[in-house]
Formats: sequence, structure tokens, C-alpha cells
Amino acid sequence: MYRYDKYDQSIVDARVEEFRDQARRRLAGQLTDDQFKPLRLKNGLYLQLHAYMLRVAIPYGTLDSRQMRMLGHIARKYDRGYGHFTTRQNVQYNWIKLEQAPDILADLATVEMHAIQTSGESIRNLSSDQYAGAAADEVCDPRPWAELIRQATTFHPEFSYLPRKFKIAVTAAGEDRAAIRLHDIGLKLVKNPAGELGFEVYIGGGMGRTPFVAPLIREFLPADDLFSYIEAALRVWNRNGRRDNIHKQRIKILVHDLGQEEFTRQVEAEWQHILQNGTNVPREEFDRIAAYFAPPPFETGLSEELDRSDPDFAVWLDQNVKAHKAPGYAIVNISLKPVGGIPGDATAEQIELMADLAERYSFDELRVTHAQNIVLPHVRKADLYALWQTLDAAGLATANLDLISDIIACPGLDYCSLANARSIPVAQKIATRFADLGRQRELGELKLKISGCINACGHHHAGHIGILGVDKKGTENYQLLLGGSGAEDASLGKITGPGFNEDGIVDAVERVTDKYLELRDEGERFLDTYRRVGFDPFKEAIYG
Amino acid sequence: MKILTGNDLPTGDVIWWTGSGWSRHVEDAVDVGDKGEAILHAEDGACRVNGGYILDATETPEGPRPAHIKDRIRALGPTVRPELTLKPSDPNAGSWVI
Repeated sequence: MYRYDKYDQSIVDARVEEFRDQARRRLAGQLTDDQFKPLRLKNGLYLQLHAYMLRVAIPYGTLDSRQMRMLGHIARKYDRGYGHFTTRQNVQYNWIKLEQAPDILADLATVEMHAIQTSGESIRNLSSDQYAGAAADEVCDPRPWAELIRQATTFHPEFSYLPRKFKIAVTAAGEDRAAIRLHDIGLKLVKNPAGELGFEVYIGGGMGRTPFVAPLIREFLPADDLFSYIEAALRVWNRNGRRDNIHKQRIKILVHDLGQEEFTRQVEAEWQHILQNGTNVPREEFDRIAAYFAPPPFETGLSEELDRSDPDFAVWLDQNVKAHKAPGYAIVNISLKPVGGIPGDATAEQIELMADLAERYSFDELRVTHAQNIVLPHVRKADLYALWQTLDAAGLATANLDLISDIIACPGLDYCSLANARSIPVAQKIATRFADLGRQRELGELKLKISGCINACGHHHAGHIGILGVDKKGTENYQLLLGGSGAEDASLGKITGPGFNEDGIVDAVERVTDKYLELRDEGERFLDTYRRVGFDPFKEAIYG
Repeated sequence: MKILTGNDLPTGDVIWWTGSGWSRHVEDAVDVGDKGEAILHAEDGACRVNGGYILDATETPEGPRPAHIKDRIRALGPTVRPELTLKPSDPNAGSWVI
């Protein structure tokens, strides 16, 4: 994985000292709240319902055990003993004191971490496939490209002071595990018939109050031209994007207003102009970055055999362990969704344990997933049983990956000052209602996603079943959506009708799943059945 | 009644205007009538509060109860982590919020 050079480290160290001085001046009354707010947001420090909240960047969700231990240390020393992994593959802490925030950033800098570009109108944390570098179905590791974009856009004037925040995802696998078509720019590495590497470029997707699935803007962009093409797209947005209305500032609105054809024409024209100036990142620089992502020294000749005699272990294997590109290895998903738990939360002790396990079993690497789970990407199959036993003892072996209780939920009204309704209690009630693992596995893959407001941090538009919390005359109300997907078959969920209270929404979800079991054909997922039979049978089941 | 809330500047703790200062307990909040803007202006200027605002509440025997659930959650703490609320040993604390 990438390691800082002296330039990276000096940038981050300088930013810590700059923020230390800004915080000091705020505490001394030399800066007003209005003056300080944009400064703290440039360092990931929000003011939420109960306290300051610090969001720490985890580029493309990759970190090593040393960094993971630091996250546990921060949870214990500066917060209240836990951290919350987010849908942007970051981590955030909910109980931060302003007077300690500079010290936290200083601690993070010692392990090559920071909170830059986790807030504000910037290029947010680059996201990627959590199985990158390990997936059996990828054409190459996409993370060097994500790192290239991160470095080339950080503090770049074209990418600073944008009309709004901007989210980019990069993948290289057939299965889309990063929801690329629901990003401002989604990039998929592919090979053309000549075997050359390039990108499918999707621009103009997103969730929030006006969701769009991004259209394909370019079928094949030669890989070496990536940065200049992104710059061209950003220039078109900077030139034409709406800065007069916060709800119309995202690039998806521009793509929609101009139309796919005209937007593409303008980007291509701008790109040709840029190419004359030679602003692509030199190949040698990419090669320098890519060298950090060389595969770990996988052993050869390992056995593929697994002892499945322990039935609980066998279920976990089937549900949470995925195919690895290297023979004898596997990808392990650690669910942060125990029944009745808080999706994405992990205690300091659990964080440190996962760091230890990564060091022992996974070449020192971990990943954070956009579904708020953790991945150990490179585990020998021979080590799986011992690993599972340790995870199980720590409450980290819930075998529910991609099942109905593997719920994405934003912090909601329990923590977030923007939220209209609580998300976590709804997730807990649904997971408890469907607690029986046999019942969940009978339902099969079913991605349920909950947001506490229209900003859609819980990705409700992309849920096979989505739930949106709204404020209805001062009380919490929950709308139900069906048919969304953030995968390669991306689609937006459709609202079923009038909303429900907290208990009512749980009942409604159960009526939907009962109807699915009644209607499904052999081998169909919920989403397949929904797409085959349509909306009406489910609406009838929900409302009678 | 109208009461005032905000966050303590150095710690971020939720605080409520008591008439002479700030408390972490909503029970201590007082009705500010039409003086809310002036108090917030002075307190913000003195860096004694961050993000202050005026809200509606009802008077109850236990003290002011904010009208909106968001402010009641601010007053108590996250409903999903009762151990981290201001009343971790009160089994009825959650029902006060809802």
C-alpha cells in the first residue's frame, strides 16, 4: 500500500500545525464561529448534535494494522471508546473536543493519516472496491489510479473551491462493489480488444435529494489520459455549474440540464484543449505510485482444502468469505452488523483486535467497505478456522454479509444535526425481527439501506429495500423504497406510498419479504423478482 | 416558552442557558422571552457558546421539555447508547425523548 514520501509527510505535518494555530485562535476568541467553520471543515471537524465530530480519511478504504491501531487509540483516548465506519470508507468519531482536535490530527500524522478533504466543497475520499488487489474478477488493482487522482487533485486549484463536494470511485472488477454509477465520476478499468488498459467513464451520478444513475460519458479512455480527462470534466463543471442554488450545484444537475450528449461534447472539446498543454501525469509518476501496490508475497502450493465440520464455521465461510485471485487464499469480510448492534460501530478493543488479525493473517492489510464492514483481503485458507474462532469470541463473526441484517444506516437523528429521523433504531429493529440466520439465508441477497434524511448518507436510493426517514409534523416518519441497486445493475428505488412510524416500517419490510418468498422463481434474488413482477404486487402487499 | 441552547466552545458539550450562564442540563434552562437574540449575540461574542439558537419548549414539573425530538435527543444523548446519555441509570429516559 502507499507510503508517504517526505513531501506527503511535510504537507500533512504543516496542516496539523496550521490547524493547531487556527483552533488556538478560535478558543482565544480571535476567530468568530463564521470565520472558523470553513477552516475546521477543511480538516474534517464538524459540529454535530452532541459534540464535535471528526471524520478521518481512509483513502480507497485501505489501511494497515499500524493505522488501524491508531484508530483504536483515538477512540479510547479522545472519544468514548468506539468509532463509526462510514459509507465513504472513512471512520468518524462522535465525541471530540475542539481543544484536543489538533492533538488527534498530530497523532494521525504519525501513521500517515489525516482528515483533509473529508468535508467541504472538495474531492472527497476516493473510494474503491474493497477487494481491490485480491478480487478474482478484476483486470488489475484499481488503487494506484485512485491514489494518483488523490495526489493530483489534493490542493490543485481546479479542484479546490468547487461548486459542491465531489465524489469519485474507481473499480476494476466485473462486479461493482463501489457503486460507481452513483458517484459524480465513476471509473471502471477495462481492457479493450487490443488488450490495452483504459476506463469506462461515468459522470453525473449521485444520491441525495435528486438522485441520478450516471450515464456512460466515454466507453474507453486510455489509462494514461485519466487525469487530463477528469480535469476537463471538472473545468466544464466549474465553468457551467450552478453556484446560486445549493440544491443544484452538483455535477449531476449539470449533466442532466445539458443532456448527456452536450455535456460529453463540452468535456471532449475541453479535453482536446488540455491535451495540447500536456497536463497528464507522467507515466513514471504513475509507475512510482503503482510500485507501492505490488502484490504481497503470496505462498504457492497451498492447499485449497477446508474442514467444514463445524457448522457455524461452514455458514460463515459460505456467507462472509469470498474468492481470492491467489490459489490457497481467501477474502474475509468482518461484519460490523451484529443483531441489535449499531451498523458500522466498532469498539476500540475490536478495532485493535482487527489490526492484530490483519498483521497476523492478512499481510498487514485491512479494508473498510462502503457497506460499513471490514475486510481482511489476503488470508490463507488454512488460517480461516483459527481466524474465525478469534473473531467469534470478539463478536465479529456475524455471518450475514449481503443479507437483510447487513444494513447500511447513517448515524441519523441520534447523532447528525441534518437528520430528520433516527436510522439506527430502525436498523436494530429490522435486524432483530429477522435475527434467525436461517430465515435470512432463505431470503438470500437483500441489501437494505436506511437514511435519516434526504441527503442519503445511508444510500437508501440504492437499497433493494430502502428506507428514508422524514419529519412529519415534528414526528419521525419512514418512507419505503423498492428496487434500488448500487451494483453493476444500478437503479434507483421507487417510493411505495405513504410512510410509516418506527414499528410500522418494520412490519412493512416483513410484508415485502413475505411477498417476495411467495412470488420468486428458482434462483431469483429479491431484486430479480421485483424487476420481473414489478412494483404493484409489493404495493398491494404493503398497503392492502 | 423560549429557551436557548448551543455547544460549549472548547468541549462541544450541549449547553442550555440558565439566565446567568450555561448548564449541561436542560432542566436548568429558563424562559428567555424575546431576549434570546440579544443573549446569543453577547454570549457568542464572548466565545461562551458555539452554534447557539432559540427553540420552543414546554414547561413541565421536571423542567423544560424541548418541542422537537432533535432537541430532546440533544438534551439527553443518543437513544441508541443509553450508557452515554446524561441519565445512564434512568430506564425511563428514552421515553422522555420519544
